[in-house]
Parts: sequence; structure tokens; C-alpha cells
Amino acid sequence: MTNDLRFKEMKQHLLPAFRLTLVLLVVCCLIYPALVWAGAQLAPNGGQGETISHRGRVVGYDNVGQKFTRPEYFWSRPSAVDYNSAGSAGSNKGPSNPDYQATVQARLDTFLLQNPGVPKAQVPAELITASGSGLDPHLSPAGAAVQVARVARARQLDATKVQALVAQHTQHSLLGPDRVNVLRLNVALDQLSGR
Amino acid sequence: MINELLGIGAIYFLTLVLALPLGHYLARVFKGEKNLMDFLRPVENGIFRLSGIDARREMSWQQHLVALLTINLVWFLLAMLVLSTQGSLPLNPDQNPSMAPDLAFNTAISFLVNCNLQHYSGESGLSYLSQIVVITFLQFVSAATGIAAAVVVFNALQTRATDKLGNFYNYFVKSLTRLLLPGSLVVALLLAFNGTPMTLQGKQELVTLQGDSVAVSRGPVAAMVAIKELGTNGGGFYGANSAHPLENPNYLTNAVENIALVIIPMAMVFALGFYLNRRKLALMIFGVMTVGFVVLLAPTVYYELQGNPAISHLGVNQGLGALEGKEMRFGAAASAYWSITNTVISCGSVNSMHDSFMPLSGLTQMLGMMTNAFYGGCGVGLLNFFAYLIIAVFIAGLMVGRTPELLGKKIEAREMKIAIIVTLLHPLLILAGTALTAHLYAGNPTEYAGWLANPGYHGFSEMLYEFTSASANNGSGFEGLGDNTPWWNISTGVVLLLSRFLPIIGPVAIAGLLARKKYVPESAGTLPADTATFGVMVMAVIVIIAALAFFPALALGPIAEHFSLY
Repeated sequence: MTNDLRFKEMKQHLLPAFRLTLVLLVVCCLIYPALVWAGAQLAPNGGQGETISHRGRVVGYDNVGQKFTRPEYFWSRPSAVDYNSAGSAGSNKGPSNPDYQATVQARLDTFLLQNPGVPKAQVPAELITASGSGLDPHLSPAGAAVQVARVARARQLDATKVQALVAQHTQHSLLGPDRVNVLRLNVALDQLSGR
Repeated sequence: MINELLGIGAIYFLTLVLALPLGHYLARVFKGEKNLMDFLRPVENGIFRLSGIDARREMSWQQHLVALLTINLVWFLLAMLVLSTQGSLPLNPDQNPSMAPDLAFNTAISFLVNCNLQHYSGESGLSYLSQIVVITFLQFVSAATGIAAAVVVFNALQTRATDKLGNFYNYFVKSLTRLLLPGSLVVALLLAFNGTPMTLQGKQELVTLQGDSVAVSRGPVAAMVAIKELGTNGGGFYGANSAHPLENPNYLTNAVENIALVIIPMAMVFALGFYLNRRKLALMIFGVMTVGFVVLLAPTVYYELQGNPAISHLGVNQGLGALEGKEMRFGAAASAYWSITNTVISCGSVNSMHDSFMPLSGLTQMLGMMTNAFYGGCGVGLLNFFAYLIIAVFIAGLMVGRTPELLGKKIEAREMKIAIIVTLLHPLLILAGTALTAHLYAGNPTEYAGWLANPGYHGFSEMLYEFTSASANNGSGFEGLGDNTPWWNISTGVVLLLSRFLPIIGPVAIAGLLARKKYVPESAGTLPADTATFGVMVMAVIVIIAALAFFPALALGPIAEHFSLY
């Protein structure tokens, strides 16, 4: 086949290719999403993502982490996007980056200052490292436990009560790591304190 | 730690258990034998009639390629058009702007070639119309293109001598209707029921528990994420891809997505065995791929569970491993497993940030893309492996003094030349691209300061990773790289085009040439290709060609960084 002939062949394929594209646009971009959308209507919260309400208002999404800075709340992990959920990103810092190592050291110092009495060896790495999405909604049980004393003090609650609440909100799983949903835990705290 | 390891074991086992019957089913579909989805035939016939296509017309390998390239050109033009005008088109509730020409070029190419390198962030860079009509659409059709090309090779490897290799449109449309569409529907619904949004509404404004105002990005996420994984595309709806808690809400969805992206590449290997009725050959291929996969996986899981030595020095509790860039609901092991499945397979979605992995994990991720044939992308993984197979047959034949033959067809100079060009193209594009970029950077580090997020060896790794990812049509990145600049958009765009279509054209051409040749029944003089010995030979070829070529570059990046940390 010469090049000339092949070009002719291409022209022959052009119209069917164009028509097939139009048909597939209908199938893949109209029918398929519509089917998924229809199915999602039966899902919790109708395919809008699950939300959490407190005192009659939506305070957040079950799966989207939030920023907590006040001492009476459990804090989420550090975030590269400061929990701005209109975007998402990790820090993308390499393990050997000296600036990064300084940042981590500073986070640790700040945490120890604000949680007096906590030994360094009990601070889990997640509290001084940023998550992948910047919106991580979870902590490990250790990440919550290390904050119990501070939270109890700030709320003038019995530490064992707060501890029990953490235990109650710890999700165990057979295959993955155990975790605590920070927003749910903080909502439960507010309920406990009657706020 | 034990249940984290059990978790990844369970994910792999489930994938394998599902891939076997799927491979059997795919072989029946593409042979045109009776199967349980035959009720879709009227739909397919309707599609062909509306498009004016005779799906029974047999095509030669050249005709296949012309059909494939023509329709890809149409898709490219469509994507460019929508991306560069999305700002004034409907379905744009968040009022995102149209793309600049260089970014639109990079994005259109990147999704066309099944790579899904993203130099934008989904939340602010795309309208919902673009997410559906460009991104989701290309994710479907690019995966189907790869599968169709692989089926042409299956067909050509049969024992008869022929020029007629089936119909491209038939394979292509059936990949969609019998596999990608129904599969995506199942995955999308599983995601939606676990909290992934599927809505056309824009961001939701709300006040958080402690009183901050935030906006939560939503969108038609579930439908897109399903085909992103199943079609080994990898481009996420959100900037953080499957690390985003709405794109991948829990450990179960993580397993579902991870299985979805491995299952078709794995099933295609089994499909080859069933299609050609050469199960031992499929087993040999699967064995080589699995050994390669495990060799890359094991050190990655180990180093991630060990944690970052620089953080260990601080004296904190690093019992859960290295957590920078990782999500608590997955943990270090499932993140490491995901990163290796996504780099050996040219999917390139991420559930954690590769830039923050330990240096040797970054190395294994890059090696996954440099070999690009351990399972590999939808259809194309097998095509890459086929090129290695040809070279191995030839070298092994010369070593033992027998005529190089594969499945009863003689391998001659022409096939060898094509196979060598295809396999050497990959290191050439990666190394030349990285060298050129490093040269630019070194010549003017202040002007290009925005490129690299990390200094030293790691900064070099960021550049090397980007070109590796582009050439492997992978799409993941060391995302600290400031890559939305004309240099990165255009250079990787060109690499993407070359590295997608030549590795499809080459193996299809080889298969087409072999198909024409006379079948020589296997005899005592034949070197059998379906033995463990030959498997070792193929592995050696992969290591020599793919891995060793990259060793000097890897030594400058991740290996040097490793020794600076440990």
C-alpha cells in the first residue's frame, strides 16, 4: 500500500469515526452517568456525600477533614491546604528535604508546648506529618489518646470520660489500620459538654 | 502491622480470583463465542448501524492501525475544542476558566493516550462538562483502544497464515459494551454507596464545627472514578486523586478501586491463554509479571512501614510507618501496595503522595514504569511484554543455535528491528527528556526555581519521575513539580504522543507480519516459549534492557538520596 492509498483509507475512516464518536458520547457521557446518578439516588444522602449535623445545622462531611485549633477540640493532622476543601493536595516534601525536617521539628515543639506533660515518645508521627489529600478526616487511636489530657482540661471534664468517648469512636477493622473520625468525635464531645 | 499486611494480601488474592474467570469471559467475547452478555448484541448492532460501520469486514494489520489512528485524531480535536472553551460552555457551576492552549494540548493528549498526567487541579481547572465529555469519555475510549489493539495481536498469533485479523470497530465497541461500561457501573455504584458524590451541584458552602467557613468540592465523581481505575487511566477528579476522602472514602473503596485497576491487565494475560488455547504460555507470562511485581512491592512495603529515619531521630512514635502524604484510613502498607500496582500498571492514580515516599520506594515506583510490562496498562501492557518476548526468543534462539520461532512463526530481522525500536524508544525518551530538562535547570536555576519542590537528589528524582511517567503513559507524578509551564506541558505532551502510539503500532505490526507467515509445527528443534527456563530468559531481557539502561540516572536520584538518609 502506498502512502497515497493509506491517506485515502484514512479519509474513508473519517466519517465513521466521527459518527461513532457522536454515538459513544451519548452512551458514555449521557446514558452511563445518568445510570450511575439514578443508582446514587438510593445511596445515603442521595449521592451528595454523607454530611454530619449538630444542633440542626450541617457542620461538615463525614469524610472531609476539618481544621481544629481550639484546645477543647481534638486536632486533625497537619494539612498542606489548611483544610480548604475547595482544593486538595499533599505537601509533596521529600523525606530528605532539610526545610521539611525543620517544619516537622517545629510542629513537634508546638505540640509538646500545647500538651504539657506528654512525653515525646507518645506523639504519633501522623500529628507532625501532613496527609496526602490535606483533608484526612482520621487519626489513629494513639493520635487521639495523646490529646485526651488537654481536651479534658480545657473542658473541665473527667479524663476517663473523654477516654471512653475516644474508645467509643474508634473504628476497628480486620484488614486496615484502626482509626478515629475527628469530626464525629468532636461533635460527640460537644454533645457531652452540652454545647 | 499484621492486619495491614493481611489487608494487602487479601486485595491481591481477590484480584486474582476475579481475574481468572474474567479472562475466560474476555476470550469468549473476542472470539465471538457465546457468553452471558450476548443480550447486548442489539445495542452493539445499533451503535454500528448509527455509525455506518460494517463490523464484520475483516481488516489487515495496516487497516487496523489506520482506523485506530483516525478515530484517535477525531477525539483529540474534540478534547482540544471543549477544554479551550469550557469557561463559556454549560455545566460549569464553579465558574472555572477555559484552559490556556499549552495546558489544553497537554491535557487532551494526556487523556487521549491513557496517561492522565494532570498539570491542573480538578477542583479549579475543569468544568463538569469537561470532566464528563473530555475526561470520562477519553478514559473509556482510550482503554478500549488499548484492549482492541491487544486483541488484534491475539488474533494474529493463531496458527493459520492470514492477512485478515478481525475488525477494529468490533473489538473496540465490544471492549466498551461488554467490559468497561458494565464494570464501571458496578464500581461507580459501590463508590456512591460509600459516600463518593455523584451530583451536578457545585461546591457546598458550610460553617465547620469550630466556626470556619469552608466550601466542599463535589461533582459527578463516582462515574468518573470508576472508569479512571478500571480503564487504567488514573487521572483523578480531585487534585489529590484517590487520596481525597470523597474520591476514595474508606478501606473498602480503596480495595475496590485497587482491584478495579489491576483486574483487566491481569485478566488479559489469562484471556491470551484461553484465546490461543496456550495456557502454559499465559502462565509463563503471568509468572514473570508476578515475580517482577513482587520484587518491586516487597522493599516498598518494608521501607514505608519502617518510617522516615529523619523523623525517627526526633524520638516520636513512628509505629505506623512513614505517614507524610499518606491517609490514616489506608495506612502505610496499603499505600505502598497501591503505589506499586499503579506504577507497574500504567494507571498512575495515587492514594498517597509519591513525592514523600522513602527514596528506595520512589526507585521501585520508577522501575515499575521503566519496565512498564509487569501486568501493564489496559491491553498495552501485554503489547509491551510482547516486544520483550520477541527479543527474548531471538536472543535465546541465537544462544542455543536454533531458529528463533514464536508459536510456530519464524522471527526474522524485520520483526526484531521493530521490537528493538519500540523497547529502546522508552529509555531514550525518558533519559533524553530528563537530561535536557536538567540542563535547562542547571543553566538557569533562578528562572526555573518554581519547577522543583525539593532540593538536591530528590529534585532530580522529581524531573526523572515526570518523564518516566509520561513515557510510560502512567500519569502519576512527584507532584511537587511545578509542571504547568509551557516547557513541561509541551515536552511531556510530545513524549506522551510518541510513547503511546509507537508501542501500539510496533507490536501490532510484528503480529501482523507473523500472521502472514507459514506455520511451522513445533518439533524437536523448536525452542519452547512456555517453560520456566524461557521465563527466566524473558526476565533477563527485561532487566537488561529496561532496568539497567536507567541505572545511572537512578543512582543520581533515589539511590544517592537513600544513602544521604540512612
